[in-house]
Amino acid sequence: MSDQKKDISRRKVIKTGAAGLFTAGVAPMVFTKGAWAQEFRNDPKGGDVVLGFNVPQTGPYSDEGADELRAYTLAVKHLNGEGDGGMLNTMQPSNLKGNGILGQKVTYVTGDTQTKSDAARDSARRMIERDGALIITGGSSSGVAVAVQALCQEMGTIFMAGLTHSNDTTGKDKKRYGFRHFFNAYMSGAALAPVLEDEYGNDRRAYHLTADYNWGWTQQESIQNATEALGWETEKNVLTPVGAGDFSQYITPILNSGADVVVLNHYGKDMVNSLTQAIQFGLRDRQANGKNIEIIVPLFSRLMAQGAGENIKGILGTSNWNWSLQNAGSAAFVKSFGAEYGFPPSQAAHTCYVQTLLYADACERAGTLYPPEVIKALEGHKFDGMGNGPTEYRAEDHQCFKDVLVVRGNQNPTSQFDLLEVVQEVPRSQVEYDASIFGGELGPYEV
Amino acid sequence: MDAVILQVLNGLDKGGAYALIALGLTLVFGTLGVVNFAHGALFMIGAFCAVTFRKILTLEKVVLSETELSPWGTPLEIRTPFAQQWFGDFGNVLLDYSVPLSILLAIPVMLLIGIVMERGLIKHFYKRPHAEQILVTFGLAIVLQEIVKAFFGANPNPQPIPQVFMGAADLGVMVGMAEHVITYPKWRLVYLFFSLGVIGAVFAFLRFTTFGMVVRAGMSDRETVSMLGINIDRRFTIMFGIAAVVAGVAGVMYTPILPPDYTLGMDFLVLTFIVVVVGGMGSLPGAVLAGFTLGVVQSLASMTEVKDIIPGIDQVIIYLVAVIILLVRPRGLLGKRGVMEN
Repeated sequence: MSDQKKDISRRKVIKTGAAGLFTAGVAPMVFTKGAWAQEFRNDPKGGDVVLGFNVPQTGPYSDEGADELRAYTLAVKHLNGEGDGGMLNTMQPSNLKGNGILGQKVTYVTGDTQTKSDAARDSARRMIERDGALIITGGSSSGVAVAVQALCQEMGTIFMAGLTHSNDTTGKDKKRYGFRHFFNAYMSGAALAPVLEDEYGNDRRAYHLTADYNWGWTQQESIQNATEALGWETEKNVLTPVGAGDFSQYITPILNSGADVVVLNHYGKDMVNSLTQAIQFGLRDRQANGKNIEIIVPLFSRLMAQGAGENIKGILGTSNWNWSLQNAGSAAFVKSFGAEYGFPPSQAAHTCYVQTLLYADACERAGTLYPPEVIKALEGHKFDGMGNGPTEYRAEDHQCFKDVLVVRGNQNPTSQFDLLEVVQEVPRSQVEYDASIFGGELGPYEV
Repeated sequence: MDAVILQVLNGLDKGGAYALIALGLTLVFGTLGVVNFAHGALFMIGAFCAVTFRKILTLEKVVLSETELSPWGTPLEIRTPFAQQWFGDFGNVLLDYSVPLSILLAIPVMLLIGIVMERGLIKHFYKRPHAEQILVTFGLAIVLQEIVKAFFGANPNPQPIPQVFMGAADLGVMVGMAEHVITYPKWRLVYLFFSLGVIGAVFAFLRFTTFGMVVRAGMSDRETVSMLGINIDRRFTIMFGIAAVVAGVAGVMYTPILPPDYTLGMDFLVLTFIVVVVGGMGSLPGAVLAGFTLGVVQSLASMTEVKDIIPGIDQVIIYLVAVIILLVRPRGLLGKRGVMEN
């Protein structure tokens, strides 16, 4: 009897009570990790994880869109354990196992942005509402990215942006559900400025031709700020209509303006046309202020360089990534992509491929597909082995920070793809900025 | 002053392209009475004749290297152009002059396309309202540009200027001014003279040949000419082909200025229709006059001095001028009474 009394001691009651509390309260959390109580849109509930690739399949950027789609298809193959694995082998840290996402097979649907905001929103909405897409990703325009990003915020669907370079995407228009791996206009200016100083000195007069829309304005502002910080003067900034075709009437005033640097804040067909015509007007054969007139194209892409042909030679600009980089991540991606399609990937393809893997990895780390938790896993995430060196998805604005490439049109290309040579890999520290300078609010996690 | 001269040159150059396309449009309208919205597509197809010609000249023999690998691990492709392999230095000359030489390809191709287009589709719409003609030809233009995109992609296709015409000519020095005051791209000067030459040739053809005389007579009174036993329909079909050739060669020579893509025709279409309307529907001299006038006006409005006073004027000036001209002269600059008025 006395022994029994001993057994029911105060200490034993506390121990048993603690064990009971643990069993009742904490242990279920271990077993149900990832089984979030919240219902969320397009939860596959054990079925296939559907990704929505919203790229320009028609319209002026359809070639770029086609390259994005190639990269997405390759990323899906690699996530599902097919092919050689590509950057799954180089990504660090990585929770990807080649068995889909959280063990569920990855499939995809596609939409056509047509590089029009309304069309892009319609196709994104269709993929979310009808096709069950868990995320939307892709695109080749800042206007489209901002529009689709806002829609995704409203619908509680994560948006992993494709090629968008405007400061606004992760600046005044940033959203909690939007993430950008691609660099931006501010970073182009910050990366380009020191190289411009080395190449052209700090006593220059710049004349800007700027595409008259959101991206053009932010790029012009960024380049002007960066070059004026070097001591350059800005002679004039002339806004040109998008799709002007013939830029001769905007180029001729430059000839005798006294400017000795011409900055072409154009992209796509406008860049091809303005650069081609500037060269034909002999701008690079002339002098002003005792110096050779130089042309700068702040944002380059290989696909556009192909359109500009010979005219690209010797022209300085910046790029998010180039297939000629020799790091392990780039080599793995170029090998996979080249073996699959017979030519190297563009920077648009690279950023889209990386975005897909980053999303999948974030799901694995979060242990769920529930968007707010995936967002938290992406915010502040640091990684390497994806072709750009050590990179961070900054939590404050969802902008990736990494090294930026300053490139130059290759004087002696060895192939039709070898159009840009990397002049300098500008370290991330040089292109970083305070997230608050562009304003904007991320918005809530729960929508 | 130098800025004004340069902008006038720009305007004449641009006006040359407008005038050539508008000339073809007016020929079709004047002969067949059809408002052809696919005419811009003919300009684009002409440009792609140059692209095709160069692609043929740059066809390459591909040999897989046994020792070297591509960056993605497949055997490296060693490419040698057949033109260089077969013709040596002459092959390089052919490549250098690929754009002007492609006119030789463009003329028969455009003539054929024009005749097939007229016989196969447009003739069925002669007696239909203009609205239906516009719809069907606009639809045709979209089909044509999608076909071109399917074959050539969406990216621009740069075409080279022959070495001898590279760079800019110092026109100021030629008239006794200082160096580098008035310089202008040589190829644009070539284009200006080329467009003047083609315009002159079309006018001479209509004025000084029997064929042209019959066509002009048919344009004035089709029924009477038919009653004389002349097959005017056949001549009009050939005129449609000639109009296609004019648009096509204009497109060929424009490729070094504007690397062509599938949207090239649409980019010019609206402007050239305004040119035709401002010039006067059915008036060939009116189309040419309006083409050059609107080209020059558009360029002058783009001058920074003008834009500083009225921002954005360069983007609307053509439409403003068109409105003013049509208010003052409702039939256009050289339009005739009775054309499209019933």
